[in-house]
Amino acid sequence: MGIKEIQEEIVDEFAMFEDWMQRYEYMIELGKSLPLIDEKYKTDDNIIKGCQSKVWVHAELKDDKLVFTADSDAIITKGIIAILIRAFSNQRPQDIIDADTDFIDEIGLKEHLSPTRANGLVSMVKQLKLYAIAYQTQLN
Amino acid sequence: MFNVSKIRVDFPILNRKVNGQPLVYLDNAATSQTPKQVIDAIVDYYSNYNANIHRGVHTLSQEATEKYEQARIKIQKHLNAAKPQEIIFTSGTTHSINLVASGFSFLLKKGDELIVSALEHHSNIVPWQMLCERTGAILKVIPMNEEGELLMDAYYTLLSDKTKLVFCNHVSNALGTVNPIKKIIDAAHKVGAAVLIDGAQAAPHIKADVQALDVDFYTVSAHKLCGPTGVGMLYGKEAWLNKLPPYQGGGEMIAEVTFEKTTYAELPHKFEAGTPNICGGIAFGVALDYMNAIGFDTIAVYEQELLDYATEQLLAIDGLRIYGPAKNKTSVISFNIAGIHPYDMGSILDKLGVAVRTGHHCAQPIMDFYKIPGTVRASFCFYNTKEEVDVLVAGVKRAISMLL
Repeated sequence: MGIKEIQEEIVDEFAMFEDWMQRYEYMIELGKSLPLIDEKYKTDDNIIKGCQSKVWVHAELKDDKLVFTADSDAIITKGIIAILIRAFSNQRPQDIIDADTDFIDEIGLKEHLSPTRANGLVSMVKQLKLYAIAYQTQLN
Repeated sequence: MFNVSKIRVDFPILNRKVNGQPLVYLDNAATSQTPKQVIDAIVDYYSNYNANIHRGVHTLSQEATEKYEQARIKIQKHLNAAKPQEIIFTSGTTHSINLVASGFSFLLKKGDELIVSALEHHSNIVPWQMLCERTGAILKVIPMNEEGELLMDAYYTLLSDKTKLVFCNHVSNALGTVNPIKKIIDAAHKVGAAVLIDGAQAAPHIKADVQALDVDFYTVSAHKLCGPTGVGMLYGKEAWLNKLPPYQGGGEMIAEVTFEKTTYAELPHKFEAGTPNICGGIAFGVALDYMNAIGFDTIAVYEQELLDYATEQLLAIDGLRIYGPAKNKTSVISFNIAGIHPYDMGSILDKLGVAVRTGHHCAQPIMDFYKIPGTVRASFCFYNTKEEVDVLVAGVKRAISMLL
């Protein structure tokens, strides 16, 4: 599935919930089920700055696709990463670079997060795109 | 007789809903809410006598000047300072501390020592570190124990004739510990050191008597005690304030200006360059009036009741740990639940209408001491109720069921 289709799927899922408590519950579930990052990648180099909680992201090229793994010490943050990883992982770097991120606004994530968490979200998206740019340069 | 439901009527914001739930505001250590008496004073100022002070000959300027200077006297009386000119209006505690730190750049030499407590807010650490960088002075730290109390014996051994300044908060913002400041001040004076006490967290709960304490500098932020943000004060003994050079240059703080030489104004104007927060200063005075009308003794008794009740209810929750359970503390509870990040707890409580602070509370050294990323901090004010404590406790339980 392409990034756009996955994003639409996420938007539809979020629309099913009646309130933000349910959405939080869903994000917590996603956070708990996020596949664990290899411990050796939880280094200071892989920490995303701008998050109040710690977030580690590792990117790896498998065939021509970029695979992200991540972790956080806060579970809701982990849920947010899980959503982003679902949208962007296992895609070609160029597609990740080109992808728009409107779905984040559509599911209302930003305005329902505290400002520090919303900043963290922006940093995370930026970081995923930076990884994509770095790997795309390698491919070229 | 203290009647909390009557008090709550004074605070319009307490009627609002957050995320569809009635607001339960338990972030009072960050900023307190504003009673309508203070809001009215702000509206009155801008509606009726907004003018620049100290220099106008016209009526509005005179009215504004008079009210502003009255506010200074209210603060002076509140803290029992000897003279009104010992009260310097600032933008708040951070500004007050920086003013003193900047002044001491000219009084310190290499090898002089400063002593700070382990319980400080970053605003009472960083300006002094900067001062040490500028002067070559050395910063020493009074350690704390697991209960969040300062180790006084260790403090006494740090003191020597090299010690020039000691600074410590009256109450810790992260834990609520009330520090034994009288002992700290007396011991510092024995070696000839000056003492600055950061009163930001104490001021809403404890009426300090600066003469009885014999403290050299004391700081307060208005917004912690029902006043507006962006205004506060520095108390300094007159002799010290005369010794320190001005902090900022500008209008208002001068006596004579020529391009050859400028002479500075008398206290307090020497430290009040530029047009001050006139409305804020006046509203600060009204906030003190408001709190004094209730009475600090009455407030202390009620807040202790709330603190005891909340502590008991929270401790009944499995896996909950309170940080800094000092014997003598204000109505602040800093806690964590085993296995739950404070950030997650705070986010869910917010959705339930409960406002708490999460994180390191600008006191990273304390978090490092306990080896935690942060805490959830619930801080209570005299307008909070036991019912609100119940909402907090139910919220914590609900969050646990979602997060664990």
